[in-house]
Amino acid sequence: MNTDSLGFIFLSSCIINNFVLAYFLGICSFLGVSKKADTALRLGAAVTFVMLVSSGSAFAIHWVLVKMHAEYLQLISFIAVIASAVQLVEMLVKKFSPSLFRALGIFLPLISTNCAILAVALFQTNREYNLLQALVFALGAGAGYTLALTIMAGLRQDLEFANIPRLIKGTALTLMIAGILSMAFMGFAGMGG
Amino acid sequence: MEKTSLSATTFLSGLWKENPVFVFLLGMCPTLAVTNSVSNSLSMGLATTFVLVSSSMLISMLRNLIPPQVRIASFIMIIATFVTVADYIIQAISIEIYRSLGAFIALIVVNCIIMGRAESFASKNGIWLSGLDALGSGLGFTLALFCMGAIREVIGNGTFAGISVFGPSYEPWVIMILPSGGFFVLGALLLVVNVINERVKKMRTKA
Repeated sequence: MNTDSLGFIFLSSCIINNFVLAYFLGICSFLGVSKKADTALRLGAAVTFVMLVSSGSAFAIHWVLVKMHAEYLQLISFIAVIASAVQLVEMLVKKFSPSLFRALGIFLPLISTNCAILAVALFQTNREYNLLQALVFALGAGAGYTLALTIMAGLRQDLEFANIPRLIKGTALTLMIAGILSMAFMGFAGMGG
Repeated sequence: MEKTSLSATTFLSGLWKENPVFVFLLGMCPTLAVTNSVSNSLSMGLATTFVLVSSSMLISMLRNLIPPQVRIASFIMIIATFVTVADYIIQAISIEIYRSLGAFIALIVVNCIIMGRAESFASKNGIWLSGLDALGSGLGFTLALFCMGAIREVIGNGTFAGISVFGPSYEPWVIMILPSGGFFVLGALLLVVNVINERVKKMRTKA
C-alpha cells in the first residue's frame, strides 16, 4: 500500500499505531479522565481540535524556522503554540459548555502538557508530511485517542459493579486492562508498517 | 543539624515516599514507552533528571522575578530550553541512544514531573533545596524506569543490559517488550508497591 496516501495516514495514526495504546502518548489523561464515557468523548473532541490547530501552526512554524536556519527553536515554539491553542479551547469550552468545563476540571489546562499533541507536531515534522497530510495525521491521531479513551471509559464503567480485590483496585487494574486493550490493537499491526 | 536533616528528607522523599511514578503516577508516557531495555530506560531517566535539576534551580533563582500570571508559560519556556540542550548533548554523546529514544527526548518537555516540581516546590524554595528536591525526584523517576526496563528486558529478551541472563535455550516472552507488556509490568509494579505500603502500615499500627 502507498504509505503516503491520505487514507493510509489516517488509518495508521488512528488504529494501527494508536497513539495511546501503541506509542503511550497521553497516558496521564487516559488514566485520569477515562471514568465516564461521556466525558471521555468530549475530552477526545477537545484534544482532537487542539491537535488540528497545533498541527497546522506547527507546519507553518517549521517552514519559517527552516527558512531562518533556526531549527533549534523548534521545540520552544511548538510548545508556545500548543499552550495558546489550549488557552483558546479553554475559553471556548467555558463559554459554550460550562458543565463540560467543570467535568474536565484540571485536565483541560493539562491538555497543553498532553504529550500526544506535542508528539503530533514532532512526528509530522520528522516524517516531512505536507500540510494536508499533516492535518489528516492530526485528525487520525485525535480520533485514535478518542477511540481508546472511550473504550476504556466503557470498560471502567462496567467494572464499577465488579467485585475486585481492594489492593489491585484503581490504577493497577486500569493499567492491566490497558495492556489487554493494547494487545487487541496489536492485531492490526500486520496491516501496514 | 536541622538544616542537614531538612535537606536529607527533601532529597529522600522523592525516592520512595513521593516517588513520582509509583505514588503520584506522573510521567507515565516515558515510563511506558522507552523502558523496553535497561540502557534506554537509564539514559531516559538521567536525561530527565538533568532537565529536572537544571530547570528547577533556574526557576528557583528567578522565582521572585517571574510575575505569577505568566509563570506557567515562563516555566515551560525554561524547561523547553533545557530539553533542547539535553537533546543536543545526547546526540553528541551517542547517536545510537538518540535514535532509539527518538521523539521521546523532545517529549521530556511535557513530562508532568518537571512541571509538577517547578510549580509545587521550586517556585517557593531556595536554590539549594530546589536542586535537592529535583535530584531526589529525578533519581526516583530513574529508579522506577530502571525497574521497568530491567524486568521487561530480562523477561522479554532474556538479557540484562545486553548480557544474556538465561542462556541460549531461553525462549523470550516477546510480549514483554511490546507495548502491552509495558502496561502489564507497570500494573504489576504498582500492585507490589501497594502491597508493601500496606504491610508497612500494618506493622506501624501494631508496634
